Amino acid sequence: MSRHTSLVPAPLAQIPWRVILLVSAISGFGLVVLYSAAGGSLKPWAWSQGIRFVFFLGIALLISRVREDQLKAVSFPLYAILIVLLIAVEMFGFVGGGSRRWLDLGFIRLQPSEFMKLAIILVLARFYDMLPAGEIRRWSAIWPAAILIGLPFMLVMTQPDLGTSLMIVAGGMTVMFLAGLPLRLFIGGAAALGAALPIALSMMHEYQRNRVEIFLNPESDPLGTGYHIIQSKIAIGSGGIFGKGFLRGTQSHLDYLPEGHTDFVFATMAEEWGLVGGVGLIIAFFLVVRWGMQVANCSRTRFGRLAAAGLTTTIFFYVAINLMMVMGLAPVVGIPLPLVSFGGSAMMTVLFCLGMLMALDRAAKERK
Amino acid sequence: MKIVPMKRPSRLVTAQSQAFSFTRRAFVLGAAQGAVATLLAGRMAWLSIAENERYQMLSESNRVQLTLVPPRRGWIVDRHGKPIAINRTSFRVDLIPDRLRDPDRIIAELRQLLALTAEDVERIREGLAKAAGYQPVPVLENMDYERFAAVSVRQAELPGVAPASGNARYYPAGSAVGHLVGYVGPASAADYEKTRDPLFITPGFKVGKEGLEKTMEPWLRGTAGAKRTEVTARGRLVRELTTRPEVVGNTLQLTIDAGLQEYAARRLGDNSGSVVVIDTETGGILTMASMPAYDPNSFSDGISHSEWQMLSGNDHIPLMNKVMQGLYPPGSTVKPATALAVLEAGIDPAETVLCTGSYRLGTGLFHCHKRGGHGHLNLNGAIAQSCDIYFYTMGRRIGIDRIAAVARKLGLGSSFPLPVPSQRYGTVPDTEWKQRKYKADWTVADTLNATIGQGYMLANPLQLAVMAARIASGRALSPRLIANRRYPPQGDPLDIDPEHLAMIRQAMSDVVNGAGTAGRSRLPVEGVLMAGKTGTAQVRRITRAERARGGKFGGMGVPWKYRDHALFICFAPVENPRYAAAVVIEHGISGSGTAGPIARDVLTYLYDPAKAMATLAALEEEWGGDIATRMRVEADRWRAERSAPPPPAPVEASAPADKSASPTPAPGADSEPRE
Repeated sequence: MSRHTSLVPAPLAQIPWRVILLVSAISGFGLVVLYSAAGGSLKPWAWSQGIRFVFFLGIALLISRVREDQLKAVSFPLYAILIVLLIAVEMFGFVGGGSRRWLDLGFIRLQPSEFMKLAIILVLARFYDMLPAGEIRRWSAIWPAAILIGLPFMLVMTQPDLGTSLMIVAGGMTVMFLAGLPLRLFIGGAAALGAALPIALSMMHEYQRNRVEIFLNPESDPLGTGYHIIQSKIAIGSGGIFGKGFLRGTQSHLDYLPEGHTDFVFATMAEEWGLVGGVGLIIAFFLVVRWGMQVANCSRTRFGRLAAAGLTTTIFFYVAINLMMVMGLAPVVGIPLPLVSFGGSAMMTVLFCLGMLMALDRAAKERK
Repeated sequence: MKIVPMKRPSRLVTAQSQAFSFTRRAFVLGAAQGAVATLLAGRMAWLSIAENERYQMLSESNRVQLTLVPPRRGWIVDRHGKPIAINRTSFRVDLIPDRLRDPDRIIAELRQLLALTAEDVERIREGLAKAAGYQPVPVLENMDYERFAAVSVRQAELPGVAPASGNARYYPAGSAVGHLVGYVGPASAADYEKTRDPLFITPGFKVGKEGLEKTMEPWLRGTAGAKRTEVTARGRLVRELTTRPEVVGNTLQLTIDAGLQEYAARRLGDNSGSVVVIDTETGGILTMASMPAYDPNSFSDGISHSEWQMLSGNDHIPLMNKVMQGLYPPGSTVKPATALAVLEAGIDPAETVLCTGSYRLGTGLFHCHKRGGHGHLNLNGAIAQSCDIYFYTMGRRIGIDRIAAVARKLGLGSSFPLPVPSQRYGTVPDTEWKQRKYKADWTVADTLNATIGQGYMLANPLQLAVMAARIASGRALSPRLIANRRYPPQGDPLDIDPEHLAMIRQAMSDVVNGAGTAGRSRLPVEGVLMAGKTGTAQVRRITRAERARGGKFGGMGVPWKYRDHALFICFAPVENPRYAAAVVIEHGISGSGTAGPIARDVLTYLYDPAKAMATLAALEEEWGGDIATRMRVEADRWRAERSAPPPPAPVEASAPADKSASPTPAPGADSEPRE
């Protein structure tokens, strides 16, 4: 776009239209799927989801106007506020679906753990940006990061929300990895994690442990929790290459597929659009992620690089974990498919991510 | 962090190496992301291409529910096409144990919705405890539409409850045909496990459990229809896709005359007994009634434990088909056969024997039923008067083996090719038989007992009727139940001199129409004469002391189960017989007093139904209503007794319970000749 600077006003030219188009296409396709999931109706999902998308895209464009040093400056305060809010959720939070996640502020239901996914990236990027290069292989590069990750992890885990807490850890670890921490830490950490898995299992909530067990063998409980995975695989598998056709999915329309408009929306889509639709969606998401990684690579600052790569990876984790879940490659952890699943949280997080990525992209281009 | 400015020079170098490290690691990360994307696309391709067929099938089996439509059973009709077993549309509710959550709550709700009785609840709980998870347990059948609708609209709140409209078996004549047709019921778990036919676990599907319903099952069943419907995960029907109509089972036409069958059953009253009527032209069984009987309607609807207890505890054995499973000493009804053997042995029928009332054999004394004796009697007189002494004398002269041969020719001791679950064929004893069975030599006393149908000799009522039919027709008729146009008038001529048979027929006519023992059993029908033979069979040994004491040994004065059996065989008309019959009344005291009149009324029905019905109406008024009414009263009384504290032990209960309560007393225990 920068080649055409002379033809369009600068602020407009700076907007990465290609990625916005991509994101809009994904969301638009999502609306089509939601329209079908409602049995060929805009209500109750597609219409409100469309409005929500426009609204959050607007906010994302506003965020894209933020300067990099402003992002840098808000990192720690934002993180601190969210920690306080997470504690508040723990104390006064709204209990829904067996866990405390929301804070009802009267006019809005706030889910601080959702913002924490972004804040953890920013705060770690900021931390490693501040950390002198020579310190990177020292202990002082590890323990502050461990605390920064550990604190929200524990708070979200006690809600309990396994999916989000794992995503916070994954996001944080990605930034640590990119920051240049010694590789043996990650290898050793992975080994330790493997050893600690049984202990973690014993500490999990009953339903969380069930989900993991049933993931390993969904047929063991075909009418209980394993039902989700089985029905999702049936929906995807029965779609074939070209799908059963728009509005003709039986798994979703006859309610065999649970959560067909939220967490398992990909299965709803795959049933009607088949492998073609599925691979198309995967490619679209991959292009978004690749664009984010390019932003990171083009960034001139350490903060910009780490933040851009971390934020991109957050989007990636969202998509990857959800798709692995619906295809039976990961346990059912309750992570929606961003931009497609009905619901505001994931869409908000991902669009805020994009907003910040666009801001960092602009910063990188301006610095050129 | 204030050290940052101081480190600036060295940081430039490391910052560069850090930037390089970032690029490298970012590349690794990007590659990993690409790999995951590829993995996901690959996984999806695997699911939707390689496993497409399997998942498509699973998706179809989700979407499409295949419901079997149980076929309507073929009707069972009588010889005139009058229905004996039909189907009625019925509303029913079943429980599917596998889908049942919280059975206590569901049963409580159903109890309220369907107004179930405590007995129903007891039966349902029993069924649930016994049934394999996939087997439907009937809750209630044949209910009115209002109650059915009340359950249907709440189906979503009642998981495991399956309301269905279908067809239920109905037997208009109720217990009158109970033993003849049997009953139907849900297939057992064993049936299902053998064939894995899903029809067997479809609610409302019934298989024959007893009688003709069981033996003719393949003919009657038909082929199930199927209905493919699209349903949601919650079981809501979206639309019907295709249906394959059921094929109704074949109609089964019997040789039975439904009117006569019902009449005979009713005429038996409260007696424990049976009536068999055979068409002497075709061998077709016109009536085969065994009473008391269970009501096949209530059996087919499922019967509670207490109902079962009531039936199985009854000393009149309503659960047994006495026509083919009751074995009785034929008593004097065997005398025509013995007489035939005497004739066949070449003895002059005019030869007389002096009856003084007793017959001495060694030290033993054999009695005639007439204490003072009959005086001089020839063969005809001996049959008409049922003189025992004549048959002792002649039987002893010709020997048991000749008598046994004729008895077998007449059908005693044989089983017939009939579609019934089981037949007992009794005993026609002879020297070889005793040697085989008891490793003992045949004695003259054995012969004397056999000549009058006591001792080892045992027969079932069907055999007695066949005997009458063979004497009447002179042909080796074989009884049949299934009407078939292709059946010719059957039976080869018996290997017995027709003149001898005519003599016996005349003698049997004299029993009824002459100066014989069954004078009161004459047919009240103008121009139709019935021939017959009475029989009164002892069921226990009469000791010398008892005989010395005098009085009745098997009559009203003794407990029911020690009373004599009453038997009667007959045929009509005397010239060119059309019908033959046998009546056996357990512990009925007297063949001429109890069995004969029943045979008379049953045969009267064939000629003059109105007259016969008038007789019956008067009797039923005396007895307290028709069969159904009396059964209901009986059941109420039984229930009341069970709930009340046990009454003082009745007199009969003090008698030692032994085999004599069964209609098959041990051979040899019947008539003890020695004094």
